[in-house]
Amino acid sequence: MKTFHIGGVHPKENKLSKGKKIELAPLPEVVTIPMAQHIGKPANPVVAVGDTVKVGTKIGESSGFVSANIFSSVSGTVEKIDNFPNVAGFKQQMIVIKSDGTDTWEDTIDRTDTVVNNMDFTADEIKAKIIEAGIVGMGGATFPLGVKLSPPPGVVIDSLLINGAECEPYLTADHALMLEKSEEICIGVELLKKVLNVPTAKIGIEVNKPDAIQKMTEVAAKFNGIKVVPLKVKYPQGSEKHLIQALTGREVPSGQLPGSIGCVVSNVATTFAVYEAVEKNKPLFERVVTVTGTALPNPSNLLVRMGTSTANVLAAVGGMPENTAKIISGGPMMGKAIQNLEVPIMKGSSGVLCMTEAEAHRKKESNCIRCGRCVDGCPMGLEPYLLYALSKKNMIAELNEHNIRDCFECGSCSFSCPAHKPLLDYIRLGKANVMQMIKKEEAAKAQQQEKK
Amino acid sequence: MTIVHSILLLCIIGIIAGLALYFVAKKFKTDENPLYGEVESMLPGANCGGCGFPGCKKFAQQLVDSPSLEGLNCTAGGADTMNKIGVFLGKSVESAEIRVAVIKCKGSCDKRPKTINFEGISSCAFAASQISGDTACSFGCIGLGDCERACQFGGIKINPETKLPEFDTKICTACGQCATACPRHIIELRKTNKKDMKIYVGCSNKDKGAVARKACTAACIGCGKCAKVCANEAITVTDFLAYIDPEKCKLCRKCVEECPTGAIIETNFPPRKKKEEEPTN
Amino acid sequence: MLTVSPSPHYQSDTNTRKLMCNVLIALLPACIFSIVVFGISALISMLTAVISCVFFEFAINKWLFKNEDYSIKDCSAIITGVLLSFNLPNTLPIWMVIIGSLVAIGIAKMSFGGLGCNIFNPALVGRVFLLVSFPADMTTWTKVQDYSVDGTTGATPLGLIKESIKSGKMLTDIDLPTVQDMVFGNIGGSLGEISVMALVIGGIYLLCTRTITWHIPVSVLGSMFILAGIMHAVHPEINASPLLHICSGGAMLGAIFMATDYSTSPMTSLGKIIFGIGIGVLTIIIRRFGAYPEGMSFAILIMNAIVPLINKIKPHRYGAKK
Repeated sequence: MKTFHIGGVHPKENKLSKGKKIELAPLPEVVTIPMAQHIGKPANPVVAVGDTVKVGTKIGESSGFVSANIFSSVSGTVEKIDNFPNVAGFKQQMIVIKSDGTDTWEDTIDRTDTVVNNMDFTADEIKAKIIEAGIVGMGGATFPLGVKLSPPPGVVIDSLLINGAECEPYLTADHALMLEKSEEICIGVELLKKVLNVPTAKIGIEVNKPDAIQKMTEVAAKFNGIKVVPLKVKYPQGSEKHLIQALTGREVPSGQLPGSIGCVVSNVATTFAVYEAVEKNKPLFERVVTVTGTALPNPSNLLVRMGTSTANVLAAVGGMPENTAKIISGGPMMGKAIQNLEVPIMKGSSGVLCMTEAEAHRKKESNCIRCGRCVDGCPMGLEPYLLYALSKKNMIAELNEHNIRDCFECGSCSFSCPAHKPLLDYIRLGKANVMQMIKKEEAAKAQQQEKK
Repeated sequence: MTIVHSILLLCIIGIIAGLALYFVAKKFKTDENPLYGEVESMLPGANCGGCGFPGCKKFAQQLVDSPSLEGLNCTAGGADTMNKIGVFLGKSVESAEIRVAVIKCKGSCDKRPKTINFEGISSCAFAASQISGDTACSFGCIGLGDCERACQFGGIKINPETKLPEFDTKICTACGQCATACPRHIIELRKTNKKDMKIYVGCSNKDKGAVARKACTAACIGCGKCAKVCANEAITVTDFLAYIDPEKCKLCRKCVEECPTGAIIETNFPPRKKKEEEPTN
Repeated sequence: MLTVSPSPHYQSDTNTRKLMCNVLIALLPACIFSIVVFGISALISMLTAVISCVFFEFAINKWLFKNEDYSIKDCSAIITGVLLSFNLPNTLPIWMVIIGSLVAIGIAKMSFGGLGCNIFNPALVGRVFLLVSFPADMTTWTKVQDYSVDGTTGATPLGLIKESIKSGKMLTDIDLPTVQDMVFGNIGGSLGEISVMALVIGGIYLLCTRTITWHIPVSVLGSMFILAGIMHAVHPEINASPLLHICSGGAMLGAIFMATDYSTSPMTSLGKIIFGIGIGVLTIIIRRFGAYPEGMSFAILIMNAIVPLINKIKPHRYGAKK
């Protein structure tokens, strides 16, 4: 069975909503749609307060190469365009749209359920449609897909990898999607293959989803050059770099992007969005979200419109349990804890996880016993205990020497620590300090060169 | 007999080693201006960097080498140290203005209610990078003590009740380490006088008045009343936040009375006489 | 009010105390075995060591460090106590056991800052202190015959070998215990080292619960076996068989329980293997050429000192430039 080679941990899976069908979430009355749902520059609003919009109307225009369009997810009127707190509490531009309840879609969108397999587009047409539909990586990193599909000159892409690992505990959104929309996903893969001009694609799925592996293998057999590869259950199997290693054996060099070794990785949800954008003319304004938690009576996979508040999403599954002390947007390993229930669902929100009072708090920390579990667990081959100590002492140059910038904050170290040390907290702090130091050095260099 | 041999041998080794040390010391002796060391010993030795030089040693060299002491000031040692060095070196010292660190936030726990319960490491820099703050104010003090740890003189203590830092102005040397450490950049080195009387706005919130007021009862809401009442045009309001220019402020205290939220802080003034304007200084 | 904290929001169930308890459970078979063989004296020795270790840790924490949070809750002092007593002969006076505990906890552990900060294995420091201070008492072993003590004194197998080499005898001339006796513990020796079987059962438990990894025990025993095997093959008349080496003189106890101590062993897998090989080689060298018949304690302590150096070896990094 394939897997990545260094480190990795085995968190308890807790896939509570496993096997649940995708249900439609009730239409929200108001949606709050952030202009920054992706990595890169926030979109610019192209509507004004009072405008009437339909479902699928473009309300935010991509503002650069690394940016993405934003679409309305309800039909109604634009109420406010203002700054509201985002997941971390920082104020960001968002558009508030009040729904008129009719759910009128743009006429260009094909709302039928029929599976369309039209391959008459040219590669450029497909890419243009993907960029227009505002598709970003929906696994959580929210990197605009259009950028991944436009490799810089000189870079040859030879592998297309589809990420169906879903290694985060609790989350089942991709799993449900693979079971119900397998054919659509495969058509999406075909489209991406055409854009990148690669003959084959591999879909990596962890073996804790045997039904998905079986279904996808059956469907993929109808297509040419799509191979389903079972992967070992190990966190972080779904990390881009580690999926590449598991499926192709290649390693992305430190500090570079997957494109540099000819790989493009796309999440299954993203691939499904590609299908919808190209074959159905449907921009990205809704996604499958796993709403889960040990105290929830009915953990589910919901199809939610972007901008729906967390409160509304929780209401759809019977309300927030009373003893909820922490709500996480995403999975428990890399997701972000939200500050209030008004935080909207965005393109990268793969889950809403309610943690009870007993689960929500960090365990008490004790002395480091130097057991080495963090070193064994780090999938990047770093030494978290050392980075922790250096960061605590603010030894920034040393942190850089020990490659702290390779850390992608998967949380394996903090997870595995028997002393419950906040390893990742200090590593994040150290990383920020290192980045700052490098920026300063570069600025100083630039200044020196100017003088010369 | 053995014991005599041993003693003799050790003595010989000792003499040879001593001679070697003597010659090495003689040969590799470097000539350094002896004043450097003496001036350095007069400095506090905290290497705080408040003077703008990398450490007390470099500063001492600069003091000795430069023709006058203009622009050179040891913030940590203060006027006494500079005077002493001035006398020692026979150079005149201009008396530098006194500055102390102040925090532009009054948002203690009772004034600024918590909106979330943040669990993470005790580092303001880290908390600031992760969340906008555990209250609705995203500008004010985080209270995790980065400034306290940055102060080399032990002049800052986080008050456990208010969760705000308290500055001991007697200790404060205005070296600026705390201001650099603060991720919110709300610590200011402010001009003060000998009695340490100063007036400043104890708020850094740039939100609109209503938003700021909702987050904190002591917030500056940018109403501009203080600017209107100020006779010296010392107060400007930008981004819904007032700022008092210490150069122009004549310490009349009118603004303090005018402020509706009590955001303006005065320190070390004598108690007011009722309904009477009091000229100070 | 919601709790907000940075990711990960998931922490594994294991904690320091659970790991330490696992080690204690793994020590249980050897414990029971030694009580069966040596009787009540073994129990008294163990209890003394454990109680005094825990007491010293508590006392130092409370009155010297003025810590409010006594680290005794994590059970590590109990392990030190058990391991220390395992390294002592059953005839050792109680007061010596207490002194050993004081050295182990006071000097080797707490003076470095407590759990996780010590460089040397505390139990071994205690043992070696006693060995160099009271060599006669520390090398007086009661003879074990048919799994019980008979009151007379005898030598350990390694002691016999050392004696014979000193007196110029051939190994074939002396009466060495069989490997079977050593595996099942029908030999004289310190409390914990006599039964290889009981120790291996404990080791398997530790491996199954993932308390320790295979690297250190395998590399220690493997390197000992290979080196002793080569020496035995070259000069069988003066070098004992490799099986005898790994079954005697606390080799098993050291490889499974002492060398794997978290704080005093390297962090990376490669480091652990180097550490283990170092211990194995040093042990055989000390046993063959040194003054002491058994060299495990010294070998582990010497390698403990090199651990910070071994920790400079970086693990293989993802995406490192080749």
